[in-house]
Amino acid sequence: MATTKLEAGAHVALSNEEILRYSRHLIMPEVGMEGQLKLKQAKVLCVGTGGLGAPLGLYLAAAGVGRLGLIDFDVVDFTNLQRQVIFGTSDVGKPKIEAAASRLRNMNPTIQIDTYETQLTSENALDILRPYDIIVDGTDNFPTRYLINDACVLLGKPNVYGSIFRFEGQATIFGYPGGPCYRCLYSEPPPPGLVPSCAEGGVLGVLPGIVGSIQAMETIKLILGKGETLVGRLLQFDALAMRFREFKLRKDPACPICGEHRTIHKLIDYAEFCGIRGEEAPAPAATVPEITPRELKARLDRGDDLYILDVREPHEYQICNIGGHLIPLGEILKRVHELDSSREIVAHCRSGKRSAEAAEFLRKAGFRKIWNLKGGILAWSDEVDSSVPKY
Amino acid sequence: MAVKVIIPTPLRQYAGKQESVELQAASVGEALNSLVGKYAELKKHLYADDGRLRSFVNVYLNDEDIRFLEREKTQVNEGDTISIVPSIAGGSR
Repeated sequence: MATTKLEAGAHVALSNEEILRYSRHLIMPEVGMEGQLKLKQAKVLCVGTGGLGAPLGLYLAAAGVGRLGLIDFDVVDFTNLQRQVIFGTSDVGKPKIEAAASRLRNMNPTIQIDTYETQLTSENALDILRPYDIIVDGTDNFPTRYLINDACVLLGKPNVYGSIFRFEGQATIFGYPGGPCYRCLYSEPPPPGLVPSCAEGGVLGVLPGIVGSIQAMETIKLILGKGETLVGRLLQFDALAMRFREFKLRKDPACPICGEHRTIHKLIDYAEFCGIRGEEAPAPAATVPEITPRELKARLDRGDDLYILDVREPHEYQICNIGGHLIPLGEILKRVHELDSSREIVAHCRSGKRSAEAAEFLRKAGFRKIWNLKGGILAWSDEVDSSVPKY
Repeated sequence: MAVKVIIPTPLRQYAGKQESVELQAASVGEALNSLVGKYAELKKHLYADDGRLRSFVNVYLNDEDIRFLEREKTQVNEGDTISIVPSIAGGSR
């Protein structure tokens, strides 16, 4: 565990520049020189440099965590900037790991930053995690979360966990020796498609800032060995109500990886465990024929009688629309009578996934002339009309 | 007993967009049954086809996980709060 391992390197000292930098820590008895040296000798790996990883990286680097590992394989895009405050507009298009490391090096050149521009997998996880004292989970999908949990349990390392959805966040510490793990809390992930991802469900930008900051705070407390950590407690945060709730988190004696009779002794195939694609549901098998944006445009230009059905939500329609008739996916069942099965219908949504579901439903309901717009309004913007904004 | 059931953000869309629902029940199971009776769409999100609570949905009576009490048979007291806490995974992209 972090605090005990750190005692060995008692010869480490702070430079005068570092003493000035960490002055506000040093004058606090809870940190002091002893605590700051523990931070300097600490080795923390942040998995993911997105919404949660951004505040985590910033605060851990600022606090003087001596060795900070960052792992991500994504590229910064415009939709990230609303919440991933570690990036700037000029970073769009750059690998996240490169942009994040550059920002953190500028913030605190006295620390070591390790970068791993890769996806964490069952093959590389143990090797990547091994050199670190504490692992912080700032990922966005179930397969990686179960992978991090299992790797931490196998290596005996604490896993500082945080996750978010729209206005709601959860945080705790798993894998602390003797404490519960993620599988003790949730033995299995939801089947794909039952829970929308952030990309589909949206997230209020400040929320990952709050939850990521809680993870940073817990990481620092683990390093310092001070205070009462979240081990054994699940903290739940509702940003709309601005309310924190706390639940008891117990070790499950039947846990397959940390229980008495464990059945998992090595890392498994997490994509398979989570139903292939985890949080992002695979598009339903294309039993409904697809029409490309260009084909649709050509048919509309020819004056063909097509009924454009937009199955997005009203607030999305306000962002942009292509003149379709709005019936949100969730209302199709009760509003199906509004549709004329004798007409040709082209269903569309943002990316083509929800409309595939709607079209499939209509096909089963007896609609024979139904198409799904391939790639949705995003593809329409790319291929037909670039004045339609993408979101 | 009058109890309050707190609905988590991801499931509010299936519960009339409500944050919480006040119900009369003697046990946790009764409260949940009455909840899905009121909001039929919630059922498939809380229960698997075999009628058991789904493994990625935890239910707490006040701050205690009902798996460590008597599960759905756990008796409730007047004014208790039942919280439904599903697994969420968002965070990065």
